[in-house]
Amino acid sequence: MNGTLVSLSNIRTLKATTGAATASACSGGSGSGSGSGPGGCGSRTGGASMAASHPELDPQVWERIRDHPCYSEDAHHDFARIHVSVAPACNLQCNYCNRKYDCSNESRPGVVSEKLTPEQAVRKVIWAASRLPQLSVVGIAGPGDALANPRQTFRTFDLIRTALPHLKLCLSTNGLALPDHIETIKAFGIDHVTITINMVDPEIGTQIYPWLFFDHRRWTGRAAAELLHQRQMAGLEALTAAGILVKVNSVLIPGVNDEHLPAVNAAIKERGAFLHNVMPLISEPAHGTAFALAGQRGPTAIELNSLQERLSGTGVRLMRHCRQCRADAIGMLGESLDQEFPAEAIPDQPEYDPGAQQRYRALIAREQYDRLAARAGAERAIAALGRGTALRVAVATKGGGRINVHFGHAHEFLVYDADQDGIRLVGPRRVDQYCRGGWGEEDHLEQTLAALADVDLVLVSRIGDCPRERLEQAGLAVVDRHAYDYIEPAIAACFANRRTCDNSAGVGVPVPACGDVDGVAGVDVRVDFGEQRASA
Amino acid sequence: MAYQIIADNCTSCSACETECPTGAISMKKGVYVINPKVCTECDGHYASPQCASVCPVEDTCVPAAA
Repeated sequence: MNGTLVSLSNIRTLKATTGAATASACSGGSGSGSGSGPGGCGSRTGGASMAASHPELDPQVWERIRDHPCYSEDAHHDFARIHVSVAPACNLQCNYCNRKYDCSNESRPGVVSEKLTPEQAVRKVIWAASRLPQLSVVGIAGPGDALANPRQTFRTFDLIRTALPHLKLCLSTNGLALPDHIETIKAFGIDHVTITINMVDPEIGTQIYPWLFFDHRRWTGRAAAELLHQRQMAGLEALTAAGILVKVNSVLIPGVNDEHLPAVNAAIKERGAFLHNVMPLISEPAHGTAFALAGQRGPTAIELNSLQERLSGTGVRLMRHCRQCRADAIGMLGESLDQEFPAEAIPDQPEYDPGAQQRYRALIAREQYDRLAARAGAERAIAALGRGTALRVAVATKGGGRINVHFGHAHEFLVYDADQDGIRLVGPRRVDQYCRGGWGEEDHLEQTLAALADVDLVLVSRIGDCPRERLEQAGLAVVDRHAYDYIEPAIAACFANRRTCDNSAGVGVPVPACGDVDGVAGVDVRVDFGEQRASA
Repeated sequence: MAYQIIADNCTSCSACETECPTGAISMKKGVYVINPKVCTECDGHYASPQCASVCPVEDTCVPAAA
């Protein structure tokens, strides 16, 4: 393999060019029949077209988010992130966190993130980048607070930006220490910062934060909440003044801040936040968090979605696809490959070939263009039907914007709403995998049904007879006819058929084959996301 | 007098080691340990013991005589 040997003793800059492949998008990659969408491949790239599909965004801002899987919903089908857990200390105690089980901002309590030194972290990132050409972001999110460990955090960023300058650097914090580190953040070119802001009213803060550590002592009660609020606001303002893209994470805690989050949204909007991510509180008694032990529950999917609806259109873009991944997560969408990158297996001198990453991006630029055109066609097809109905669809996908997961293997479904106004992501729904190597886990099936109770239609690449029957009995339509097709055209096709959509061709209203929606041809190139490699 | 860390409860977050003004805290067998000969309970440095103030686990960083 053509590798560039990277050793810590003489880290060199690895030249890896990024971004909007133009001519290379067509000249490189697949020879097996490329799709010819309207306009042809050479005239526009996926990136430029996607910018056009987000006219509300400054093109320069678009360039900064188009390959960040958290900041761009489109990007999250194609790009992976890695978190490195180099920041174990924390300066704030939240009622939803038990350090034995990691922060409940994260979705897999019960398994503690492995701590890494900065040197271990950079080797891990290089190793991960060599195996995952779709890796585009490296973030420091914990397991404590990134800015409560500034030495480790900035040393890690320094090593990574030297070794892999094409990777975006991303940092997550509770904001308490943030005002002290603005200049350093700017100097490192950290373009994306997330602040967790759960309240802008200190009184509500007292219900969430029992204490914090600041200025060499522990603060409690109202004074602590006031200090935190003031520091979060100051930090947010300073970052947006510096042109840094700020995402605000808010944990939705029913009965505590659910009615208050619109005020949080207004306050962060005023101070220039780019994205608002409202996440559900995760609260299980087994985690031993103060909230869980006190019986505080998390929100239902309906409660979460309805709050998100209230906040959308208020002026701060809303993130709907957050997976609440752990401080050591690696991968795309809801899947974490961290088990495949255990600390003891990190090579001492990982090799990295920038060519794989460049080829992947060239391939993706083309796929994105085709996918975008297919989506536009699908939305036009639905609008043309002129019916006043809406469909809520659950899709099993592992990336690439395609229906490419067997029902039995799904860890999550992406839920979409389709109506005259378009096709929109509602959010991910996690489920326990049904298939247990030849037989099914019936409990999981029932839980999946409960998770999808508000869904009309489920799109999968395959499904066994038994679960199909159960789903249909529960009133869900199940379709596997669109296996490996793009998501939105499949939704449009089923929309046309509504509840008559089934696998026998010609039943009910004639359904356009997905490849023919609005004359957009399907793309022949398959990206095998199962192996996390682009194979053209 | 000194502070001590209850080993079974320690999550190895290292916050105490960072805040200790006398370098009394170090890692042993994966958890943090306070050297009672070096610990001054932050007397002369701060109004309250830093390690106990920052420790995220209740009843874990406590006076040794307790």
